[in-house]
Amino acid sequence: MAVAFDEMNGPGGEIRPAYQELSRWLKETPAEALEYRRQEAELLFRRIGITFAVYGDAEAQERLIPFDVIPRIMAAKEWAILEKGLKQRVRALNMFLRDIYHGRDILRANIIPDDLIFQNPVFRPEMNGQHVPHDVYVHIAGIDIVRIDPEEFYVLEDNARTPSGVSYMLENREIMMRLFPDLFARHRVAPVEKYPDELLSALRSVAPLSASSEPTVALMTPGVYNSAYYEHSFLADKLGIELVEGRDLIVKNDEVFMRTTEGLKRVDVIYRRVDDDFLDPLTFRPDSALGVPGLMSAYAAGNVTLANAVGTGIADDKAVYSYMPEVVKFYLGEEPILKNVPTWRCREPKDLAYVLDNLSELVVKEVHGSGGYGMLIGPAATKATIEAFRDKLKREPEGFIAQPTLALSTCPTCVESGLAPRHVDLRPFVLTGSNHVTIVPGGLTRVALKEGSLVVNSSQGGGTKDTWILDE
Amino acid sequence: MLSRTAENLYWLARYVERAEYLARTIEATLRVTALPNTYIGKTNEWDSALLTAGVSASFYEIYEEADEQNVVEFLSFSPANPSSIKNCIENARLNSRSVRTALTSEMWDNINSAWIDLQEVWGKGTKTREELAKFLRFVQETSLRFDGSAYRTMLRNDAYWFSRLGLHLERADNTARILDVKYHVLLPEEEHVGGPLDYYQWTSILRSVSALTAYHWVYRETLKPWLIADLLILNDSLPRSLASCYGNLVRNLDQIGVAYGRQGAAQRHARGVRNRLEHSHMDDIFQRGVHEFIQEFILDNGRLGEIITKQYLI
Repeated sequence: MAVAFDEMNGPGGEIRPAYQELSRWLKETPAEALEYRRQEAELLFRRIGITFAVYGDAEAQERLIPFDVIPRIMAAKEWAILEKGLKQRVRALNMFLRDIYHGRDILRANIIPDDLIFQNPVFRPEMNGQHVPHDVYVHIAGIDIVRIDPEEFYVLEDNARTPSGVSYMLENREIMMRLFPDLFARHRVAPVEKYPDELLSALRSVAPLSASSEPTVALMTPGVYNSAYYEHSFLADKLGIELVEGRDLIVKNDEVFMRTTEGLKRVDVIYRRVDDDFLDPLTFRPDSALGVPGLMSAYAAGNVTLANAVGTGIADDKAVYSYMPEVVKFYLGEEPILKNVPTWRCREPKDLAYVLDNLSELVVKEVHGSGGYGMLIGPAATKATIEAFRDKLKREPEGFIAQPTLALSTCPTCVESGLAPRHVDLRPFVLTGSNHVTIVPGGLTRVALKEGSLVVNSSQGGGTKDTWILDE
Repeated sequence: MLSRTAENLYWLARYVERAEYLARTIEATLRVTALPNTYIGKTNEWDSALLTAGVSASFYEIYEEADEQNVVEFLSFSPANPSSIKNCIENARLNSRSVRTALTSEMWDNINSAWIDLQEVWGKGTKTREELAKFLRFVQETSLRFDGSAYRTMLRNDAYWFSRLGLHLERADNTARILDVKYHVLLPEEEHVGGPLDYYQWTSILRSVSALTAYHWVYRETLKPWLIADLLILNDSLPRSLASCYGNLVRNLDQIGVAYGRQGAAQRHARGVRNRLEHSHMDDIFQRGVHEFIQEFILDNGRLGEIITKQYLI
């Protein structure tokens, strides 16, 4: 694998422009001072209770995501390109979903094979012909971006269901401002604090017609044992909306109400962080205790807006992902600004053969996987793991895609021996309301803390960094 | 607000108050059992500590006899006791986590830090009396800080009022329980007034509701059992008296009633109990029977809890 592109240090040892000031500051700051701040940051995270749960890990029911105090910096020019590309991508995702659940032009144009949609478990026939306000399906998107050189941004994954991580973007910034006021004074960092306001106005803008002029928005969580519960409560607090669980809601005459101390109160928009499968036991999984019986019929009646809409999983399916450049061109008639990582669809025999021949070079992912679970990283895997994947692939080829192992860009990161380059990715959050798409300048930078590791997921030992977009 | 949120706030306050009361009970019992036998007689103080905590039955399922070591363990840390101090703090933190949006960051910080300390500092229990004393201080300080941060930082709206309802209902229950267990030493007809035995029992009662100094300020007298009963039951200037708790319960329920534009069974019931307390005199209470009076109060108080739950919390 080639040497990765480092975002601070150029190949000849020169410091790239965006990192000039940080580099000077790092030289002035003794290592102990950094270590001290790192500990202080950890203490703050713990006291605030910014934790997440790792499933299947009884030992550590609530864990901290390691936070790296060295910011990841991007120049305004770079961000401008990225922002444009993200808006374009999310517009296309929404148009794609509208089309899949209505006219299906893209299937008739033979751009995507029918069976990839109709045989896909995340395709929701309940959504066929269902109107959603302003044709917005993905109100909140988290698009995972990686860099492998100074020029191009690649989309690694689209997250169009219930993307998480935005609370870390906001809290990381708060903590950095508390711990490093001096470093902030020496940079002009674009603020991210408007995110909650933007989110609330996007949610309110898609309220159903039958809502009052002051629509009631609520955030629906699976509950305190969910891995992202902290984020749910954090956002509800910042938005000033109720944090509801399924048992707080009740459907009557196709309207959704929450049980309050003053009786029932109608809910118009639900920012739900509960997966499709668990939303309504009458429509989806009958064993779901997290959902609300009848929610889907209120949704079908147009009396409540769900954000994101039901059935958006079809847009972030990893096999559908491989068609995204064509999807962008088809709906917008534009060249995609963001690149797609070349992807082999194991469902196609020719691709499968190639993947099986080159397993030790490739990254293989489950098409419905997330969180870094169930993934093969060929160059880092043992022979036995590779062989196990080979069997899985042969048994169920349509369940997988493969990509080349990318040398993700690196950023300087605090490790035991001092500062060292570590691989990073970036998840910006894209909001879509009734007539606008917005992105706060920044996102969640995830960093693989183990030397050489390419897996940035928090469930797999990844950490986070504050992401700075410099103003001109 | 969401019914579940109100319910969590109400229970959160109850758990914190209960943890503090348990810590006070242990502290007072330690003091009285440290005295020579001639001062305290043959009563098993650890047994009555269990009774005042209302966990006697579950204790004797596990242990044969009550002594310092097993009662302290049971009341403080035992997972087998659903209302041990440890379980109270854990439940308080779980309730806080479910309603973080309704708490101020100071309140959350306080409960969350206590929960972290509970595991990191007190994870292995206490080995010595010094450690135990420190632990009991920690519990009381947690409660004081929690109460103080609620008082100083919460908006005065239904979230605050529901949390106060939990606090005062629990407090009334605790004071009533200690009276229920100890009423016999307060009866005036047992006329060995000032005997060393009773004297230390009396101070122990006052200490567990943090009212020893208050007694002297209010009555400017040596300890008299009927005055102690008067202080704990009828004197509404003592924050832990039944009268004061009911004054607060009525006030907070009224505020909820005004904010919501309607009153219900909870308001009526609380006012009924408050009126009875207001129009009672210790003489009558002694004549009719302190024990009967207290038992009736405990039932009434429990009933108010049920009515509040039905009216607002589910």
